[in-house]
Amino acid sequence: MVLRGNGAIVAAGLTRFFDGFRAVRGVSFGVQEGEIFGFLGPNGAGKTTTIRMLCTLLRPSAGEAYVNGFNVVTQPMQVRRSIGIIFQDPSLDDRLTAEENLNLHGMIYHLPRKTRRERIAEVLHMVDLADRRRDLVRNFSGGMKRRLEIARGLMHLPKVLFLDEPTLGLDPQTRSHIWDYLLRLRQERGLTIFLTTHYMEEAEHCDRIAIIDHGQIIALDTPDRLKQQVGGDIITVRTQDDEALEREIGERYQVTVRRDAAGLHFEVEDGAAFIPRLVQSFPGRVQAVNLRRPTLDDVFLKVTGREIREEIASSKDMLRAAARRRGRIR
Amino acid sequence: MIDFDGIAMIWLRDLIRFFRERSQLLGSISRPVLWLLVLGTGLRPTFRAAGGLSYTQFIFPGIIAMTLIFTSIQSAISIIWDREFGFLKEVLVAPVSRVSVAVGKALSGATLSMIQGAITLLFAPLVGVKLSLAAIAALVPVMFVLSFALTGIGILIAARMTSFEGFGTISNFLVMPMYFLSGAIFPPTGLPAWLTALIRINPLTYGVDALRTALLHKHYFPLSFDLGFLVGFAALITGIAVVMFTRPE
Repeated sequence: MVLRGNGAIVAAGLTRFFDGFRAVRGVSFGVQEGEIFGFLGPNGAGKTTTIRMLCTLLRPSAGEAYVNGFNVVTQPMQVRRSIGIIFQDPSLDDRLTAEENLNLHGMIYHLPRKTRRERIAEVLHMVDLADRRRDLVRNFSGGMKRRLEIARGLMHLPKVLFLDEPTLGLDPQTRSHIWDYLLRLRQERGLTIFLTTHYMEEAEHCDRIAIIDHGQIIALDTPDRLKQQVGGDIITVRTQDDEALEREIGERYQVTVRRDAAGLHFEVEDGAAFIPRLVQSFPGRVQAVNLRRPTLDDVFLKVTGREIREEIASSKDMLRAAARRRGRIR
Repeated sequence: MIDFDGIAMIWLRDLIRFFRERSQLLGSISRPVLWLLVLGTGLRPTFRAAGGLSYTQFIFPGIIAMTLIFTSIQSAISIIWDREFGFLKEVLVAPVSRVSVAVGKALSGATLSMIQGAITLLFAPLVGVKLSLAAIAALVPVMFVLSFALTGIGILIAARMTSFEGFGTISNFLVMPMYFLSGAIFPPTGLPAWLTALIRINPLTYGVDALRTALLHKHYFPLSFDLGFLVGFAALITGIAVVMFTRPE
C-alpha cells in the first residue's frame, strides 16, 4: 500500500495495543494542508494515543501514518522537525523563566542563536507575554502557561500543530483568546491544526471532525453536515405524564422519543411549524416546549447512544474504567 | 546519532536550575562537616590508619567520593521528575536523538558533581591535606570519570522508572553498600575473602583509590588500573543506560 501522501497528515489502519487492550483500533483519515481537524470523543477514546503515534512518541502496533509526507516510524526526525505539539499536561520547566524555556526549545530545534532571539520576541508578543519574559513560569496562571506553550510550539515554524485538549481546565475567556490566536495563525501562515477535544464548542471551530469512541472513528465530516445527520430540529417537551406521552407521541408522529429527567426529546423536520400541531393534539397535557437546532452533542448521542458529558469523569474513574475494560477483554 | 545542540540544551538547563536552587549546595557543605568533624573526630582514637595518616585524612577522599555519588545519582532523579511533570515529553518529541539526551544528562550530572566535589575539596586544609597544583590536575580527570560513571548508574535506574519511591529504594539498596564496600572508611586490605571480593568488583573502590592517590599519595591499586577500570565501567554503564533510555515504547 503506497500512501505517503498528499496532505499534511495521512493515517491508515493506525492501531495500538497496550497489554492486549486495544486503545486505537484501525483509525484511517487524511488532513489537508491549512485545515483545522478535530478528534472529538470522551476520555479514554484513544485521542491522546493517536496523537502520540502521529508525533512519533509511540510506535503503532499496526497500520501506518505520514505527517508532512514523512513516515512516523521510519522518519521520526523529519516528522519532529516539521511539527509543533501542545500536550494535554503542561510540559514547561516551571523553575525557568519564559524566555529560558523558549531558548532551550530553540536549541533542540537547531535554531541559531540570532534566530532564537528574534523568534522569542516574536512569539512572546503574539501571546501577550512579552512583559513577563523574565518571570519564572511557576508564577504563571494556567492560561498564561498554556499560551506560553503555544508560543513555544510555534517557535520553530512548524507546518502542522498538534494540540491535545488545548483548552482543558481553562476559563471561557482564556479559551476564546486561545482560539483567536489559532484561527489567526491558520489564516496568516496556512498552518495545519490537529486537535483533540471533548468540548463541543471547541469542535465547532474545526473544518472537519472525526468522532472517536472506543478507539474507532465512527463519524467524520464537517460540523454542519454531521449536524444534518441528526435530521431536523430537536424538540423537548415537558408534560404531566411523560410515560404515556412518550408512547403516544412516538406512535402519532412516527419518531423515536427519548425520555429523561428533563422531559421527552425527539427530532422533527421544521420544528417551528410542528409545535402548534403538537399542542393542539394533546390539549392541556403539554406544559412546556423547547425547540433548538441540533448540536454536536446530539450528533455524539446519535452515533454512540451516549452523551459525551456523562463520560467526562475524574482521571481516577478513567483508570478504573480502563482497568474494567481490560479485565473484560482478557 | 550524537547531536551537539541536544547535549548542550540538557546540560545548560541543569546548570541554570542548579545555580538557581542554592539549597543543593548546602549538601556539599554540610556532608563533609558532618563526616569529618563528627565521624572523623569521634573515630580517630579508635582507628590507626596506615602510613602515618590521621583517620580524618584517610577518609577525606572517601568524603569527596560521597559528594560525587550523592550528586550524580540525585541529578539522574531529575529524569523521573521530568517524566512526572511533563518536561521530558518536550525533549523526547524534539528532533534530537535520545542518545544525545542521555549523554547530555550524564555530562550535566558529572559537571554538577565536580562543582560540588570542588566545594568539598575546600575542606582539605582543615584536615591537614595539602592541595598541590599537581594534585588538582590529577583530581579533575578522576572526579570527572567517576562522576560520569555514577550518573550513568542513576540514568540506568531512572530510564524506565516512573515513581520516586522506586528510585529511592533502588538507589539506597545500591548507594549505601557501594559506599561501605569502597574502601572509603576502612582500608580494603586484610579482610575476609568474601568482603575483599565485593570490594574488588565495586567500581567506587577504584574511584576512592584514585582520589586517595591524587590527594594523599596513598594507594592500594596502581593508578593506571584504577583509571582503566573506571573508564571501562563508565563506557559500559553509559552504553547500557543509553540503550535502556532509547528503547521505543
